[in-house]
Amino acid sequence: MKKMLLILLLGLIPMTGGAVEIEYWQYKYDARVKAVDLLIKKFEKQNPEINVKHVKFPYAQYRTKVAAAMAAQHGPDVLQLYYGWVSDYHSAGLLQPLTDKYITAKEVDEQFYPIVQSMKYDGVYYALPTAVRTVGLFWNKKLFKKAGLTRPPKTLDELVEMSKKLTKRDKNGNLTQAGFAVDVAKQYHHWWREVLIRQMGGEPYTNNYQQVNYNNEAGAKALEFLTDFIKTHKVTESGFMDEGQAAFKSGRAAMYIDGLFRIPTFKKARRLDWSVAELPSHNGIKSNVSSYWVNAVTQKAKGEKRDAAEKFIAFLSSEEAMQVWIDIVGELPARTAAAQKKENVEHELYGPFIQGLGYAHSTQFKSEASQRQVLLNAFDRVVLQGMPVKEALTQLADEEQKILNK
Amino acid sequence: MNTNTIASQSINKKYFSVAQKKAMWAWLFLAIPIIFFIVVRFYPTIDSFYISLTKWNIVQDKEFIGLENYIRLFSDPVFWVVLSNTFEYLILGMPISLVLSFTIAYNLDKFKFGHTFIRACYFIPYLTTAVAMAWVWRWFYQSAPIGLFNNILIELGLEQMMFLRSTEQALPSVLAPAIWAGLGFQILIFMAGLRSVPASYLEAAKIDGAGRWQVLKEITLPHLWPTIVFLVVISTIGFLRIFDQVYNMTLDGQGGPINSSRPLVLHIYQSAFADFEMGFAAAQTVVLFAILSIITFIQFKLMRRK
Repeated sequence: MKKMLLILLLGLIPMTGGAVEIEYWQYKYDARVKAVDLLIKKFEKQNPEINVKHVKFPYAQYRTKVAAAMAAQHGPDVLQLYYGWVSDYHSAGLLQPLTDKYITAKEVDEQFYPIVQSMKYDGVYYALPTAVRTVGLFWNKKLFKKAGLTRPPKTLDELVEMSKKLTKRDKNGNLTQAGFAVDVAKQYHHWWREVLIRQMGGEPYTNNYQQVNYNNEAGAKALEFLTDFIKTHKVTESGFMDEGQAAFKSGRAAMYIDGLFRIPTFKKARRLDWSVAELPSHNGIKSNVSSYWVNAVTQKAKGEKRDAAEKFIAFLSSEEAMQVWIDIVGELPARTAAAQKKENVEHELYGPFIQGLGYAHSTQFKSEASQRQVLLNAFDRVVLQGMPVKEALTQLADEEQKILNK
Repeated sequence: MNTNTIASQSINKKYFSVAQKKAMWAWLFLAIPIIFFIVVRFYPTIDSFYISLTKWNIVQDKEFIGLENYIRLFSDPVFWVVLSNTFEYLILGMPISLVLSFTIAYNLDKFKFGHTFIRACYFIPYLTTAVAMAWVWRWFYQSAPIGLFNNILIELGLEQMMFLRSTEQALPSVLAPAIWAGLGFQILIFMAGLRSVPASYLEAAKIDGAGRWQVLKEITLPHLWPTIVFLVVISTIGFLRIFDQVYNMTLDGQGGPINSSRPLVLHIYQSAFADFEMGFAAAQTVVLFAILSIITFIQFKLMRRK
């Protein structure tokens, strides 16, 4: 009897004193799933006492699912969030701060790109990214060559000039090749906000993105510049080929601005000879826009689970994890040193995006969808209805401020 | 569980008549869908009335704000645009689809050759996924040389049209495939209705020398009244709730350009799942619920009258 008890007790020891299981949630995207699976394997090898359960949901439902689960306290221990959602989750008290045990706030301040500092509340970080992304100018080498051009534009003026040379129409005047595809529903709304306005000498928002600040000369110049591609230069049309990326992918647009997550899409397109360039500068000003996903410890992780969760996040934000991420997912390391490695900076496709990281801004959106929509409406008012730029801009500033005041 | 034991006990004790037992069994079987409806339909419906009085982004706690969502809703110019779009879908879509489907069904009923094949042709769009169809139409509407419709216009020597990229043409352009997809179902129902018109009436009218129009007006249409009311109710609700086509055919599912094709249901969806303003979205669903209730009530009154 005693023997049996002993055996039973011995058998229990590894179960109680051993593995801690933590749950990790992210959205379903093949490359991300593959990268996280590999990282978990590495992490568990280094920390045999911790098991990480990897749960993923389709992207379309991810935000709703996470919000509902977190509010009902059925969430995971470690959660992947879009940077724009963090302030809501933080103020609802659903996240726990990262203690200095595995990664210190000082280390993050010094070694990560400054955009990450918006994850800091009262001097403590609540979330950390593995990777960040920026936007760049995709250009079709073949179409450039045919037009007698050898390199992508370096300035906005060159962008306009080259896009004119790269535009083609058939004998009826129908557009068959756009010099520069404009798709405001995609990354162009970021380009306008964080890049064009700044290049025209403005500052898009003040008061920590609470107050619009573009209803002025700089804002008007920026909106005019964007709408002129359709209105004046006629190098593309509203809704040409339905989406800018479709136009570029099918070789019907010579230039197109998008995020680096578009690289795999264009890689898949056979016979498309393309490359990426840094966003054109203007008045000597360079700017870019960055967005990223972060990992955070939820309120659910207590005791040793919380400790394990923090350890896992520190691992996901290590240089090692970042290299895995850029190799598999193709997103840029959030640590300066990891990004600035020679092989990354000199990479034909990643290089220009990494350059952009050095001078990128991250918009603090109240509601990205609504704020994009009002800009899209202003753009359409100018392009489709012929409203003067200044009038459309005033209306836009008014509508966006209302969203920010909500 | 409870009803189950009570029912079986009572049957064992033989206290009830056969009719009562039958009723009890009926209720027992009905209990499952009733419970399902209460939990999955009625409870959320009633709860959304409460949610409409709160400010809630799912993540944080609900905050009671009284009628503020409704005040904001009625003072929001976009809401009125969206509401008028919704009725435009209805006012254009319902009569056009009914007249078209009746005309097709009436003529289809007149001949035998290739009848099944033609009927199948009209019915296939109804079976097709709205999403796939919307995307095909989206490309049909592209400008030349890509879009089918604009190429046809050019062949005919006409000007190109903006279709989905115009604030005036976007709504009818979205509506067209919605009408087309619904035709098959309406034709089928109309044909069933036409078959139910007693042949003796039609023959008697012919013998009496009534013309085609007279037969249609005096005999066929009155007999079709219940069918027409049914289709009016169903298609009214359908057009008031139009979503799939707009979501898939307009840029980024926004019902643009400049909200010109955005219906109420899409506005609700965007408020709830893009802006995460659940209270504001719930207030809109309450408004939609009220509209649908009033219209359905009027239509049922009309149906009972005849």
